[in-house]
Amino acid sequence: MADIAFLLLIFFLVTTTMDVDTGISRKLPAMPDENIEKPEDVDIKKRNLFIVLINRDDQLLVQGELMNIRELKNKAKEFILNENNSEDLPVKEPTYIPELGRTYPVSKGVISLQNDNGTSYGKYIQVQNELVAAYNEIREDAAFDEYVKSFDDLSEKEEDAIKKMHPLRLSEAEPKNIGD
Amino acid sequence: MAFERKRKKGSPGINTASLPDIVFMLLFFFMVATVMREVELKVEVNVGDLPEATEIKKLEKKSLVSYIYVGKPKPAFRTMYGSEPRIQLNSAFADVNDIREYIIAERELRDEAEIPFMTTSLKVHVDTKMGIVTDIKQELRKASALKINYSAQERTSEL
Repeated sequence: MADIAFLLLIFFLVTTTMDVDTGISRKLPAMPDENIEKPEDVDIKKRNLFIVLINRDDQLLVQGELMNIRELKNKAKEFILNENNSEDLPVKEPTYIPELGRTYPVSKGVISLQNDNGTSYGKYIQVQNELVAAYNEIREDAAFDEYVKSFDDLSEKEEDAIKKMHPLRLSEAEPKNIGD
Repeated sequence: MAFERKRKKGSPGINTASLPDIVFMLLFFFMVATVMREVELKVEVNVGDLPEATEIKKLEKKSLVSYIYVGKPKPAFRTMYGSEPRIQLNSAFADVNDIREYIIAERELRDEAEIPFMTTSLKVHVDTKMGIVTDIKQELRKASALKINYSAQERTSEL
């Protein structure tokens, strides 16, 4: 009996893979409908746009400046929050948030990410990660300000409120082929 | 002497009566914890080849996840498929154009109610160029499989 159990035990020991699948969850935008006329130029003002480009050599160009990836998260946070209501950072639109019962100035900032076909996947994920981290940190701070709780501990309703206060606006440019 | 005759040489053996119990306990533990690998990997995306990130979440509901692997073919397949990164769906090499079919096939295996919760997990080798990944993303958009997960592991080193 014990022998058979041992045999099975060793079999399961060998075949077991304990790794849990983890990763960055994102949602792709729906494909634009071909039948519907595209609304030309959804006009996003320049001040509301945070452009991140990654070239084929994995270099980062943020708002027209070469940047190290370590600075990216803070730069993105600064952009989204626009704490000093600066003229060249995004507009904040007071929006009524029903879960909160009051209006909150929601930032209209959009982060636009564009990469080259030659960009490495590793770099792309690093950048994605930093940008998602920026949003997560903002939400975490907001959760503490509003509810004195961590974002992960919020109830569904509270989570919705925070998400409405700081909507994740991370857009990826439609891929285009520019030469080779 | 009557008493001395009983004494044996060496130490007495350990009682093994409880051994099967312990073995069974371990056996059940491993049986429950085991996740059988469903597909044989033909491209090189081992655990260490995935990118590192901090904002990672656990992938819930494994039954609703479909996997797309991208990486260089393993040495055994190089003569046939070359050494450029390739896509693997299920257990076969595939082309970008096969993705839509694959997603549709995956959907048919699930309940209709579960379809909106289906996620596609992209397991891509770090050194892959984005061109192929962008193509996959476009195909997924065309198939309206919008929930994706970039498989990544916990970051261990400084950025």
